[in-house]
Amino acid sequence: MAEGLTWTVYDANTMTQADIYGEVLCAIGENDPRIVGLSADLAKSTKIARFAEKFPGRFFNAGIAEQNMFGMAAGLAKSGLIPFVSTMAVFTTMRAAEQVRTDICYQNLDVKIIATHAGISFGQAGTTHHCTEDLAIMRAMANMTVISPADGIETANAVRACVDYPGPVYMRIGRGFEPSCYGEEKYGFRIGKAVEMHPGSDITAICCGITVLQAMEAARHLKETDGLSVRVINMHTLKPIDREAVLSAVHETRRIITFEDHNIYGGLGSAVAEVVASSGKACAFEIVGIPDCYSLVGYPEDLYHHYKIDMDGIVEKIRETMGKDFEEDDDWEDEV
Amino acid sequence: MPMPEFELQTLKEKARQLRTDIVDVTFWAGGAHIGGALSMVEILVILYYKFLNIDPAQPEWPQRDRVVLSKGHAGVGYAPLLARKGYFDFEMLRDFNKFKSPFGMHLDSLKVKGVDVSTGSLGHGLPLAAGLALGARVQKQTWRTYCILGDGECNEGSIWEAAMAISHYKLTRVITFVDRNKYCVDGATEAVMGVEPLADKWRAFGFDVLEVDGHSFAELEVAIQRAQQAETRPVVIIAHTLKGKGVYFMEDDVKWHYGGLDSDALARAKQSIDNMTAGKT
Ligand SMILES: Cc1ncc(C[n+]2csc(CCOP(=O)(O)OP(=O)(O)O)c2C)c(N)n1
Repeated sequence: MAEGLTWTVYDANTMTQADIYGEVLCAIGENDPRIVGLSADLAKSTKIARFAEKFPGRFFNAGIAEQNMFGMAAGLAKSGLIPFVSTMAVFTTMRAAEQVRTDICYQNLDVKIIATHAGISFGQAGTTHHCTEDLAIMRAMANMTVISPADGIETANAVRACVDYPGPVYMRIGRGFEPSCYGEEKYGFRIGKAVEMHPGSDITAICCGITVLQAMEAARHLKETDGLSVRVINMHTLKPIDREAVLSAVHETRRIITFEDHNIYGGLGSAVAEVVASSGKACAFEIVGIPDCYSLVGYPEDLYHHYKIDMDGIVEKIRETMGKDFEEDDDWEDEV
Repeated sequence: MPMPEFELQTLKEKARQLRTDIVDVTFWAGGAHIGGALSMVEILVILYYKFLNIDPAQPEWPQRDRVVLSKGHAGVGYAPLLARKGYFDFEMLRDFNKFKSPFGMHLDSLKVKGVDVSTGSLGHGLPLAAGLALGARVQKQTWRTYCILGDGECNEGSIWEAAMAISHYKLTRVITFVDRNKYCVDGATEAVMGVEPLADKWRAFGFDVLEVDGHSFAELEVAIQRAQQAETRPVVIIAHTLKGKGVYFMEDDVKWHYGGLDSDALARAKQSIDNMTAGKT
């Protein structure tokens, strides 16, 4: 871990996740000569430019050529280095999907991908720049670790943690200023270990990325207004998923609802559903995200509201799911 | 025969109008890819006001010429032109980028009339243009496809894969432009990932290359007329332009690849566009 570098709420609230990533990478690069950086004409937007300025000899701009960039990253990793690669999520996981899969994942290489503008965080740009498929695609690649940090502080932790975490890592971050949900860095971040952000026993909201803070606020609100006890889990690592955290939620709350800035298919909701289904336990279950469509255009806050992944939407969806029945008996006749 | 003076003046006025519209829409949108929108103005204006065989009243007319704005981030330069041509009401652009607007930064062909294909991810337009031209050929149609590329965009391998296919299939009804404004996002193209010798590359891929001043209607006119005569080798027109052209504080400054304007900057931008058009820069 890089010394002398801590992030306060103040920093996290005035810097984007990407800003923090850029700084942390510089700090890591200072002590670790294995770190190299790559971008595809988006060094400034993804903030890896900080690293580029500090270590010009260890940074390579591939130009607007993502497939070549990920191929080069694989080559750099094969030579013994640890490339950090940054472009927008959409160009990472779709334009260069096969390079990521065949050159990087297949060979189980130490390439750390920090992809920005994920989900609908660049809402104004339209579908070509939205990325609501990445978690599904990345989850399906063997060897890949998939992380969606909740805020800047967690981004700092996750970036540091992935340096020595073996194999390829895909981390998705947003574009804008996401307010912080953590007060400080030392909450025991570990890849693959979910964090309980709010205790609860009536229902569990499992979240990642921008929905974590929104769900925490929704939980506080529902406690006051409805007397509901909502557990909020930050599933920052989608793969490998924290099965324990999901299974305790099934067992202890019997109701689970997931929230993500991603298509409802293949992302966090699906990952949680896989664990729930194989547990064999009955559980009310709901997945909230982008409902298998190409998102509307607009500023992210408006879109998060529209797709019910902001606080208001989360409150509404949790209330709905509280009213939803699940069957403990085996009388399924009326359902089929 | 040189372009008659009245025609030149008409086109210049259209260019002034489009630049003014671009800064207005950028202002309304809160931010847009303004630099690369301003650099391609003359290319779009001469196509839409002189060469294209289109009918804005029938945006889906099967015999129309197609336009593929492969550098789709310059949508802020394209949407106002389509509005002025009558595809939709200009006032709709006040909602550019806003919630539920049909207009995001990168135009959606299912939402915006007059847009033939959705673009925005670089390197997609030229393959689409090749497919359109093949489709026209299969259906024995004579319409043309005009495709506008960014120079940074020429970093993408898919551009060269399409170039190979266009020359392999002798798709001379694709007329390709490269808006050679010399910048991408992170800096000058030659500093980030050099594309030179660009003309030689296109020649090596089987194209005839015409290099013009991309802000000169007279030169663009001659080049397009020549490209339309192509019989075996497809033509690419490398248009040498200035990123941010017309707004003095944006010209040749990579920072203005993407930006927003406040009302003061908007006023200065419009003044600058008027001055340039009046020839007192
Ligand atoms: C595949 C892909 N990668 C990255 C981007 C992000 N991006 C948008 S514009 C741009 C630079 C484009 O430069 P150029 O083609 O020269 O366009 P111009 O200077 O004319 O605006 C980049 C990298 C993108 N839209 N698509």
